[in-house]
Amino acid sequence: MNPANYLILAALLFTIGTAGVLIRRNAIVVFMSIELMLNAANLTLVTFSRIHGTLDGQVMAFFVMVVAAAEVVIGLAIILSIFRTRRSASVDDVNLLKY
Amino acid sequence: MNHAVVLAAAGELTSTSTGEAVTFWILAPVAVLAALAMILVRSAVHSALLLVANLFCVAVFYLLEQAPFLGFVQIIVYAGAIMVLFLFVLMLVGVDSSDSLVETIRGQRLGAVIFGLGFAGLLVFPIGSAIDGVHGKGLESANAGGNVQAIGRLLFSQYFFVFEAVSALLVVAAIGTMVLGHREREGGRINQREWMRRRFTEGRQATPLPGPGVFARHDSADTLGLLPGGGRASGIGGIAGTAPESPANGGPADDDDGSGSGPSGGGPSADDGQLGGDDAALAHVGKGEQR
Repeated sequence: MNPANYLILAALLFTIGTAGVLIRRNAIVVFMSIELMLNAANLTLVTFSRIHGTLDGQVMAFFVMVVAAAEVVIGLAIILSIFRTRRSASVDDVNLLKY
Repeated sequence: MNHAVVLAAAGELTSTSTGEAVTFWILAPVAVLAALAMILVRSAVHSALLLVANLFCVAVFYLLEQAPFLGFVQIIVYAGAIMVLFLFVLMLVGVDSSDSLVETIRGQRLGAVIFGLGFAGLLVFPIGSAIDGVHGKGLESANAGGNVQAIGRLLFSQYFFVFEAVSALLVVAAIGTMVLGHREREGGRINQREWMRRRFTEGRQATPLPGPGVFARHDSADTLGLLPGGGRASGIGGIAGTAPESPANGGPADDDDGSGSGPSGGGPSADDGQLGGDDAALAHVGKGEQR
């Protein structure tokens, strides 16, 4: 098997994550789709790390994981505070800045 | 010295083993299907569980790709901590918060699907043609002293400042979460005398509520509880005769459940004013039970 097949798999996962962000209305599921996209990017980094024979890609993926963890914490806190005031977790309901 | 060792020593080729190919071709469809199902199922909890399945598949891919450290970090941090956080927030927000099917922008879903297919084509076909014949060097030499040791050496030498910046980012995220989650107390702290006064002037429930897990609104021994299946538990002892028993669940077989949930309560329980959304469901269940 060609080790670069992982790249195609990562591209597919990234695309599915993008479609999820576009399709879903629940803010939490949109967030999960973003996690999926980050994971696909990580898989690409690890695969290139293997292809190039150095560990830099793995270190990058590690940093991406840390940033993703921080982003999830902040994002979920924002979703919770929106839910507290508006009683909804739908991204369509947060449109006060629209007009 | 065989052929593969010569090539690996020359740093040219690491063709994947048969075991890796088999694992890949089994797990790659699982990962893609889990991701697709994640964006297609209605329930957000099901989405979270499918995302966990996907993350486990990706963790196995990391293990296959000579990145054991990242594989285990993926399982511990992503599938463990982050998904538990997701589920916590889902439970706080309410599990029944399913998506609305109303499209805000007309044709958005169809557009998203078309965009997705086009984007996948744009990504996959160039990659597929570009990787033809690429085999890569493999990480045998880089991982020679152990993957964790090698990554640690890189983290604390070449990527030291990035590491420090990321740790600062984590501190900022933690403080930001506390700021976002903080709620100012309105009015002063309520002491016990005021709690009692409020409880009796509102006149809703004078006694403490039953403890969690008890489905009765009242902690008297002859109040019926609900069995986990939703049927009525029979009461205990001589009082059991007073309880109207449902044909499905009443009977001696349920006695241990009934005696477990009937007389309990009396533990510390929240006052009416502090109860959140869970209590509404509890009240809904309990209303039928109160006689």
